[in-house]
Amino acid sequence: MSRNAKINTLLLAIVAALAVLPLALGLGDHKEEPFTGADGEAETAITEIAPDYEPWFAPLYEPPSGEVESALFALQAALGAGVLAYYFGLRRGRRQGEARAAARDGRTATRDGRAADAGAADSAGTADPAGAGA
Amino acid sequence: MHIAEGFLPPVHAAAWAAASAPFVIHGVRALTREVRANPESTLLLGASGAFTFVLSALKIPSVTGSCSHPTGTGLGAILFRPPIMAVLGTITLLFQALLLAHGGLTTLGANVFSLAIVGPWAGFGVYALLRRSGAPLMVAVFLGAFTADLSTYCVTSVQLALAFPDPGSGVVGALAKFGGIFAVTQFPLAISEGLLTVLVMRLLVQSSKGELTRLGVLLQGGAKKEAAVR
Repeated sequence: MSRNAKINTLLLAIVAALAVLPLALGLGDHKEEPFTGADGEAETAITEIAPDYEPWFAPLYEPPSGEVESALFALQAALGAGVLAYYFGLRRGRRQGEARAAARDGRTATRDGRAADAGAADSAGTADPAGAGA
Repeated sequence: MHIAEGFLPPVHAAAWAAASAPFVIHGVRALTREVRANPESTLLLGASGAFTFVLSALKIPSVTGSCSHPTGTGLGAILFRPPIMAVLGTITLLFQALLLAHGGLTTLGANVFSLAIVGPWAGFGVYALLRRSGAPLMVAVFLGAFTADLSTYCVTSVQLALAFPDPGSGVVGALAKFGGIFAVTQFPLAISEGLLTVLVMRLLVQSSKGELTRLGVLLQGGAKKEAAVR
């Protein structure tokens, strides 16, 4: 593995550790429902501070179940990941294509050069007898 | 950091929408100008928006025993400046409000203000300051993304504290409460976001040197040096 790839893997490993450690260490054990969303906790806090507060507007559309909601979240992540992967894939393909084109150009250039030399020699060769004929 | 639909009193909701609107309108103009001037940057713009899309969909467990998600706005702010990120962030928030009932239309103004305006500006500010003082690119990127993430959640805490001051201890007491929920939870996630942004920036330095130089992220002729430093 190159040094670059090692650093990238290390970065991902730290991110994974930061996400998994709270679970592994049981940091949610003091809660009735561990690892719920912070947004939901904020809603609970609001109802504690202002018990009389009534939300005055409801979402136009609400996913009918937790499953559908997680499906939509997965869709969001997949869309984003797809576009990112497309971007980096396209870039990589372009770079490889350019490198290949450059290599090919380099080769045809030398071949052309040789062909041109040969052609010059040829025409010189044929010109001579022609000149001799004249 | 999404304030749920209907969970801000109408006056607050209207005030935050009014505060956010000019930034988003300015952002739309900046975005159209960028796309017209450099059509080839559309692809990287899409990738920056996609990064926000992925990160704001990932709910990650945190030290407080609850889950929250990164914002992904630091990257786009660093690449394309905060006004353009205001648009990309708003699109993400609209998607979540309309399809996921996550956040909401009445709270969109407040959520846009924290995620798509303050976060990108704070992150970009830290990044630009560090770069100007000669910090290495990846250090500036990490702290910029970290700041964009954490400041977003701090703003959300302030927004809720202003709307729901504690009956006993007032706005300050409420801020401590909401800050405990949002900012503390967010701290390790902000570190994660910083690291992920560094990862993507490293891949960009490998794949898109020309683009990064044009955007001013890599210095003219300094690309090689930057690549070596990272």
